[in-house]
Amino acid sequence: MGLYRDEAVVLRTQKLGEADRIVTLLSREHGRIRAVAKGVRRTTSRFGSRLEPFTHVDLQLAEGRSLDVITQAETLHPFGARVGADYERYTAGTVMLETAERLVVEDKEPALQQFLLLVGALRAMCEQDRPAGQVLDSFLLRSLAVAGWAPSFDGCARCGLEGPHRAFNPAQGGMLCATCRVPGSASPAFETVALLGALLAGDWDVVEASDVRHRREATGLVAAYLSWHLERGLKSIALVERV
Amino acid sequence: MYEGIVQDLIDELGRLPGVGPKSAQRIAFHLLSADPVDVRRLAQVLVEVKERVRFCSVCGNVAEEETCRICRDPRRDPSVLCVVEESKDVVAIERTREFRGRYHVLGGAISPIEGIGPDELRIRELMTRLADGAVTEVILATDPNLEGEATATYLTRLLKPMGLRVTRLASGLPVGGDLEYADEVTLGRAFEGRRAVDD
Ligand SMILES: [Zn+2]
Ligand SMILES: [Zn+2]
Repeated sequence: MGLYRDEAVVLRTQKLGEADRIVTLLSREHGRIRAVAKGVRRTTSRFGSRLEPFTHVDLQLAEGRSLDVITQAETLHPFGARVGADYERYTAGTVMLETAERLVVEDKEPALQQFLLLVGALRAMCEQDRPAGQVLDSFLLRSLAVAGWAPSFDGCARCGLEGPHRAFNPAQGGMLCATCRVPGSASPAFETVALLGALLAGDWDVVEASDVRHRREATGLVAAYLSWHLERGLKSIALVERV
Repeated sequence: MYEGIVQDLIDELGRLPGVGPKSAQRIAFHLLSADPVDVRRLAQVLVEVKERVRFCSVCGNVAEEETCRICRDPRRDPSVLCVVEESKDVVAIERTREFRGRYHVLGGAISPIEGIGPDELRIRELMTRLADGAVTEVILATDPNLEGEATATYLTRLLKPMGLRVTRLASGLPVGGDLEYADEVTLGRAFEGRRAVDD
């Protein structure tokens, strides 16, 4: 039975048997991993908080027949502790975990960019105190871009004509010029479109200077864009607390 | 695959929490070789528990009547309310003999990834219960893991503006575990050392 090391973010935990958990992880080198953590629900467990969702851990795993087994875990970033004490972060952060789990489809297929995006978003939210709702929106746009569905907020998504444009349509891939515009498109404010571009680029100066009205509108459009690209909706997205 | 009813039994057992296909098979063959009297008694209890046991209309704990034993006990202090996730947490806390107030069982913890939000738990019932002002302290005894912590955070924000003393079990309970696994001494100490939550 082979041993291997990797670093990972805990995406989800499920109870298994009396005291174990199945832990779903997004790792740097092995992509998504599902592994068993033995005895973690007992209060005497040596893993303790290290295998709670959001925690960035350094792991040693033993390859198993169906699921691998976690044999060592050391905390790199205790994001979980900072998320649990802030309800807005908890609900926004959970959508990030569920999105990462969903977008990385295969177990053990490397997904380095998605891993780096997730760690970056958790740091932005927990260490740099960026607003949780906007970190989430930015993470969703960038994750979709990594998955091959980069939205266009500047040039027309169909003909490439330089913007700014008025119409937004998730099915067409973003903003549309007057000629390419299709029925059923939204007409967001210019400031909202600029905000969406900043969220995609990670331009926090622009994001943090934006006002609530445009943030709300951008959030709605990000959600529409996300649900167009995901087959099934995310369970956690309806529970996000927005201020 | 086994024939007909044996496979049905294995399938049914396999649907229970924590029972994998191998354990289901093991339990099934244990039952097949067990004394018929024992098996009949087990079947009887299964049927009866579903018929007789319900949830206390006040606190949500398992009860054999409209309300549970603790809610009916006049010696329990009505001014202190301990909020827990599940009925088995009530059992764990009762074992410590440290707590003389009453309980409120939420029915789980807020877990957005499972689609469980505040509306899926007995939080509205909690707010209704607190409305008459008889309770002055609420102890948040959710599990010392992420979901339990986040649920306590949510409740604190809801309860603080009502002018209640809101307390959380003292740290010392190892993080990541289930409350039900804490030993009596540790849990009793966590109760004694509970601290007001400052948000
Ligand atoms: Zn065009
Ligand atoms: Zn009761």
